[in-house]
Amino acid sequence: MSTSIEQSSAAPDTSAPSPNPLGGHEKQAPWVPWAMFGAAAVVALGFLLLTGWNVVLFVIYTVVLGTLGTYVLSRVTEGSRKAVDRLVTCLVVSAFGIAMVPLVSLVYEVVRRGAERFDGEFFTASLQGVIGPGGGAYHALMGTLIITLLTTLISVPIGLMTAIYLVEYGSGRLKRSITFLVDVMTGIPSIVAGLFAYALFVLIFGPGVRLGIMGAVALSVLMIPVVVRSAEEVLKLVPNELREAAYALGVPKWRTILKVVIPTAIAGLATGVTLAIARVIGETAPLLITVGITNALNFNAFDGRMATLPVYAYYQLTQPGVPPENAIDRAWTAALVLIMLVMGLNVVARLISRLFAPKTSR
Amino acid sequence: MTSTTSAPPAQQPKSRPGDRIFAGIAKGAGVLILVILAGVAVFLISESVPALTASPDEISGDGGLASYIGPLVFGTLLSAVIALLVATPLAVAIALFITFYAPRRLAAGLGYVVDLLAAIPSIVYGFWGIFWLAPRLVPFYRWLEENLGFLPFFVGPVSSTGRTMLTIGLVLAVMILPIVSAISREVFSQVPTLHTEAALALGATRWEMIKMAVIPYGKSGVIGGSMLGLGRALGETMAVAIILSGSAAGITWALISSANPQTIAANIALQFPESTGLAVNTLIASGLALFVITLLVNMLARWVVNRRADFSGAN
Repeated sequence: MSTSIEQSSAAPDTSAPSPNPLGGHEKQAPWVPWAMFGAAAVVALGFLLLTGWNVVLFVIYTVVLGTLGTYVLSRVTEGSRKAVDRLVTCLVVSAFGIAMVPLVSLVYEVVRRGAERFDGEFFTASLQGVIGPGGGAYHALMGTLIITLLTTLISVPIGLMTAIYLVEYGSGRLKRSITFLVDVMTGIPSIVAGLFAYALFVLIFGPGVRLGIMGAVALSVLMIPVVVRSAEEVLKLVPNELREAAYALGVPKWRTILKVVIPTAIAGLATGVTLAIARVIGETAPLLITVGITNALNFNAFDGRMATLPVYAYYQLTQPGVPPENAIDRAWTAALVLIMLVMGLNVVARLISRLFAPKTSR
Repeated sequence: MTSTTSAPPAQQPKSRPGDRIFAGIAKGAGVLILVILAGVAVFLISESVPALTASPDEISGDGGLASYIGPLVFGTLLSAVIALLVATPLAVAIALFITFYAPRRLAAGLGYVVDLLAAIPSIVYGFWGIFWLAPRLVPFYRWLEENLGFLPFFVGPVSSTGRTMLTIGLVLAVMILPIVSAISREVFSQVPTLHTEAALALGATRWEMIKMAVIPYGKSGVIGGSMLGLGRALGETMAVAIILSGSAAGITWALISSANPQTIAANIALQFPESTGLAVNTLIASGLALFVITLLVNMLARWVVNRRADFSGAN
């Protein structure tokens, strides 16, 4: 939108009679900056072929030279205001490019190193009695699924009911303070949530306790605010006419919420919950201090340590054992599986919101 | 505003038990949030009391609790501030790119790509940082030491692994980039079209339009967003625990040497699994300090963001 306006506002520059407010300079053809960057690439290539090839330096030199060249040329031909505009455009585009470097390199690195052990044994075997090659993360995968399931079972009812309270019932100071504290709660460091769960269970079971359910409690502290936030947004979108129509028919408020409001919003609620799960499934720190790690299978979240995928990856990396390569390969594969889980959940969330969106809206 | 609470009918409605129960459950869930947050504070305090009351020579290290937590607080703040200094300009530029420069059709997709950075678990950032980023930064650090070694930040000897405070700052910057840029983007997209079009109609270039219409409008939103990012960076645990080769360096400004102060969160993650007795209480006390710091930063950030929302024309 703004781009089209920008073009039309620039048009008078070329057609305006002198005295031109920009100093009577011609407007640059659109290919000039591209040509400048091409020339910069050639110069950088030539320079680096003389001093030694380095792909990072090549990109840096090209961008810096091209930006400077565009600026200087524009300053000479178009005046300083246009030149600064072009300089900022170059900087803003480079900033986006810089942000892509970690994303691309990270995904590439994890896929490359994780593919090594991405095999059947990784998903079917535990680490019990494994020294050296082989072994898998079946126990960790199960632990992650169990703890995430428990977290969801704790967080979704509390989060959803809180959102219903905020949207349908709440008013005054209590509503304001809950809204504010939910915001604050989203900022609690994950390790502090872990310490909270530990401190809570120490009062009941004594020091040194490690249980799967502790991890679920810690993760719930992180997940509840996310659920509240997203559910609140979605419930607010439900048109008030639907509620009023139900009231007019004599339907009690609680049945209106259960039978009208929630079914209308169900796609958005499911999307929010899925994204909230994606948010906590990769959490490591709280599980590290509440659930610990084990090499054996443990399906009971109320009895002893459990393995979870992120903690498994952490220990395989930091305490790899005597030939470190095997464990480090397993760590990378665990990281790859984690990324796939999180990305998969994100995709599922988008699919839900697209496929099950209420048909009447928008 | 959004009139979700419907006006009560003129005649007093029949009080149904179902309504009362449901409303009670909803209210109870809301109150539970308050209880949980209060519980976090209460349990952390109650578990750190033994460390707070212990005599100084019982705490690991030898100067008592303050000298144990002091360098950790310093390390936490230093790493988070570096992250903030790197991430904020970058995030604002990215938000400007997506809102005003990128082709309309691509903008949403590009925004989603930046948000993907937020979806990656922090432990994976740790893996990436220690294996990919840190070794690649070592030549750059050597160059910094040779050319800027006179500054206290870049004194040698340079770490040969690259697992330094500056590396952590850069990794944290990448991790908070999505949240800062998402909030900046939201604020920038709320700038009234009238303002931007008026600036362009007066003959402003795109940059002048941004400087005169967008930045003044979005400034407080960007500040609030970067403070939320600061809160994230302060509490980040696993990436720091894996990458930073922390030692009992005390308080030092050297960013590229191998002697670095540890951060609170990473220190807890590293020490907690092997700790017993008073050491656990000491770690919980340091966690309490972290909780208080992040709470203050987040409250301030929310206050700044919400204050802006009150008088923005967007709602």
